[in-house]
Amino acid sequence: MHEVSAAPAAHHGPPTTFIRKHVFSTDHKVIGIQYYHLALVAVVVGMVLSWLMRIHLGWTNAAIPGLQALSANGAPGGVMTPEYYLQLMTMHATIMVFFVLTTAPFAAFGNYFLPIQTGAEDMPFPHFNMMSFWVTLTGFLVLVSAFFVSDGPPLAGWTSYAPLSAIGKAAGPGQGAGQVIWATALGIFCVGQLLGALNFISTVLDMRCKGMTLSRLPVSAWAWFITSCMGLTAFAVLMPACILLILDHVAGTSFFIPSGLVINDQLIPHSGGSTLLWQHLFWFFGHPEVYIAIVPGMGIVTHVLVTNMRRPMLSMKAILYSMWALAFLSYMVYGHHMFVSGMNPFSSLVFSFPTLMITIPSTIVVLIWIGSLYGSQLRINTASLFALGFISMFVSGGVSGFFLAQPSIDIMLHATYFVVGHFHMVMGVAAMFGIFSGTYFWFPKMYGRMMDETLGKIHFWLTFVGTYCIFMPFHYLGWAGNVRRYAAFTDDYLKPLIPLHQFISVAALFTGAVQLIFIYNFINSRFRGAPAPPNPWEGTSLEWIMPSPPPWNNFGGKDPVVYHDAEQYGVKTASGADYIMQNSPEQALPGGDGD
Amino acid sequence: MATTLPPPKAGELEQPERPGNGSTGNGGWQNLVPADGNLRTIEEYSPPPSSSAIWVGIAAICMSFAAFTSALIVRQGASNDWRHITLPSILFLSTMLLVASSVTLEVARRRVAAHMGGLTSQAVSSKLWLYMTLGLGLLFVAGQYMAWLQLRSEGLYLATNPNSSFFYVFTALHALHVMGGLAGLGRVIRKLGLGTLRRSTLDATSIYWHFMGALWIYLFLLLWMRI
Repeated sequence: MHEVSAAPAAHHGPPTTFIRKHVFSTDHKVIGIQYYHLALVAVVVGMVLSWLMRIHLGWTNAAIPGLQALSANGAPGGVMTPEYYLQLMTMHATIMVFFVLTTAPFAAFGNYFLPIQTGAEDMPFPHFNMMSFWVTLTGFLVLVSAFFVSDGPPLAGWTSYAPLSAIGKAAGPGQGAGQVIWATALGIFCVGQLLGALNFISTVLDMRCKGMTLSRLPVSAWAWFITSCMGLTAFAVLMPACILLILDHVAGTSFFIPSGLVINDQLIPHSGGSTLLWQHLFWFFGHPEVYIAIVPGMGIVTHVLVTNMRRPMLSMKAILYSMWALAFLSYMVYGHHMFVSGMNPFSSLVFSFPTLMITIPSTIVVLIWIGSLYGSQLRINTASLFALGFISMFVSGGVSGFFLAQPSIDIMLHATYFVVGHFHMVMGVAAMFGIFSGTYFWFPKMYGRMMDETLGKIHFWLTFVGTYCIFMPFHYLGWAGNVRRYAAFTDDYLKPLIPLHQFISVAALFTGAVQLIFIYNFINSRFRGAPAPPNPWEGTSLEWIMPSPPPWNNFGGKDPVVYHDAEQYGVKTASGADYIMQNSPEQALPGGDGD
Repeated sequence: MATTLPPPKAGELEQPERPGNGSTGNGGWQNLVPADGNLRTIEEYSPPPSSSAIWVGIAAICMSFAAFTSALIVRQGASNDWRHITLPSILFLSTMLLVASSVTLEVARRRVAAHMGGLTSQAVSSKLWLYMTLGLGLLFVAGQYMAWLQLRSEGLYLATNPNSSFFYVFTALHALHVMGGLAGLGRVIRKLGLGTLRRSTLDATSIYWHFMGALWIYLFLLLWMRI
């Protein structure tokens, strides 16, 4: 291993107080862990909300103990009202999409490992980075505060379509203060993510150590870089949309509210707004958001797989170009969310074409994963199992995207559970598997201790089976015409489907309970796990050259020098190892697997 | 297959050169000022983060105002309730003030560069030009406020009609960004006084300020024109 002699300067001094070290820290690693813990809290909240919804969908008239305490109006006697069901649905989706799927794979792991993988001591703007987390946390607290206002949280869904989201209390419970809180929380969240994206992009462009050319960056670092480019442009569009929505609520403007709207026999005093304008702004952000959630997972999974396969991917360049293609095309396809908005059929065709096109880079990535795995002697550990699970979920969920990309089919399926199954698998569960894979892979580095592999594997298999039991039947429900967003299935044609809903609810409760294994493993390993060596997985990238956990200044005041890309696996070396670390000047001998 | 790599180049194994600034809490990679505060010893070693970050920030602002622009275009065509307002005449003056502030900042930037190059006589005048820029920026914000007062006196409020809504939103958000630029200018002046100003900081602040001017001209034309 080659490290360069110490230099006296550091990006910022060591933290000297508890507050500076653990609370208002400018250290990217602490901020990454803070983001991760925020995501953990958020996912627990989001999952409990999904439990409540699933219980209600399976047993509509059942009283849920304690629910009345959360909302006396929303759940009198513990039985959920239809409006409260929609309110919980809105909060579940908003929390999951923004504070879990965006926060964990991108902000948490990215913050912790991007500077390390680029060979930097920290991000270029540590104070902005600290602000990014605290602003995001504020956004989360503001959002959750919607539970505690008089009418509760909004019921307009995470997409908050106007005019339902814009006209205020007349639209239903939660559409007054709750909706304003929702829009404010997302606006705040956008600021946090923009600050984060600024740091991520600058880190990759300007902070790479000597020898770390762009082509030598590990694939995970590339994924975070691509994601931050998407985040920069997507959140910058969502924020204006939220500002205009808030103004419609509090200032009497008419950006999204049309004239002559009568709700509950009450004329809404606005004029001329465009309801579709919200959809355009939202989905211009919303579709890239899908890739903001999944591309970091792709990077993490590739990084985990290549380490455990002990040989390079068939073509890492093709994976990188495909991720760029996904990012680019994600801005071309947003109209496919609006096929049922009454758009011109020609416009539907225009949006359908790039939507089908986007399956090409996705397929390329999947084929490279599978082709690379074929014949490899994959090391089976929890991280690699979750990486395989990611591929499985991504493919299973992605295949239904072929159907929905076509307007003629989408119009039939759009309002059904088919879409719920599709996006939960391809962007929700797949991304979660990426998060789990990253957690089991990097936990030793982040916390200095190993996780329990046996518990991890049990966690994987039960989660894997459980999630398929939940989300595959959704596709069948969709084909059967089961409309989504209904709080109860009282129509004759839906009643025969209720047993399937009950099965899904049981599977959801079971799969949720399985996560307790993960939480136990996480907490127990954090304090009682075996001490982690610097490089437990025999990886090549720079995070593995430092102690576990790393010192505050990452490389101990030294600047690493990089000689290789991060794919030096399956090589023959003088030391007998089958890999060469990025900072090692050693050259591979002829005769390795990679030759 | 593994990538075939060339052997390390001569000198690659040696310690990379970092500016020997000997400071505490500063990174040699990042064009930071040494602890003794002597501006003339600053070395450009690697691209300073602010040089690319400022463009990243500008890209985000561009995206936001592009979204607002598309909202304006869609809203204008969505209904027949659009009433085009006559822009307050003071906006022409404040536009000129902002353009003038860009000129004064450019003069200041060149003088600071000369100062850093060794011309110590430029120290006082560069600060003076920076103060002039700051003053012109403050006058611009005041001008925007007066424009709002003028509209209010005409009975045109935020919710009066969609054009006035967009006027207030655009001008308020742009003024907020300008105030961010003013804060940046204040920081530049303070650091110049302390002798800890980085060239890259000044350059980034200048780029941002010029962008604010360009953005305002764009918004002004957008609000002025009937699309």
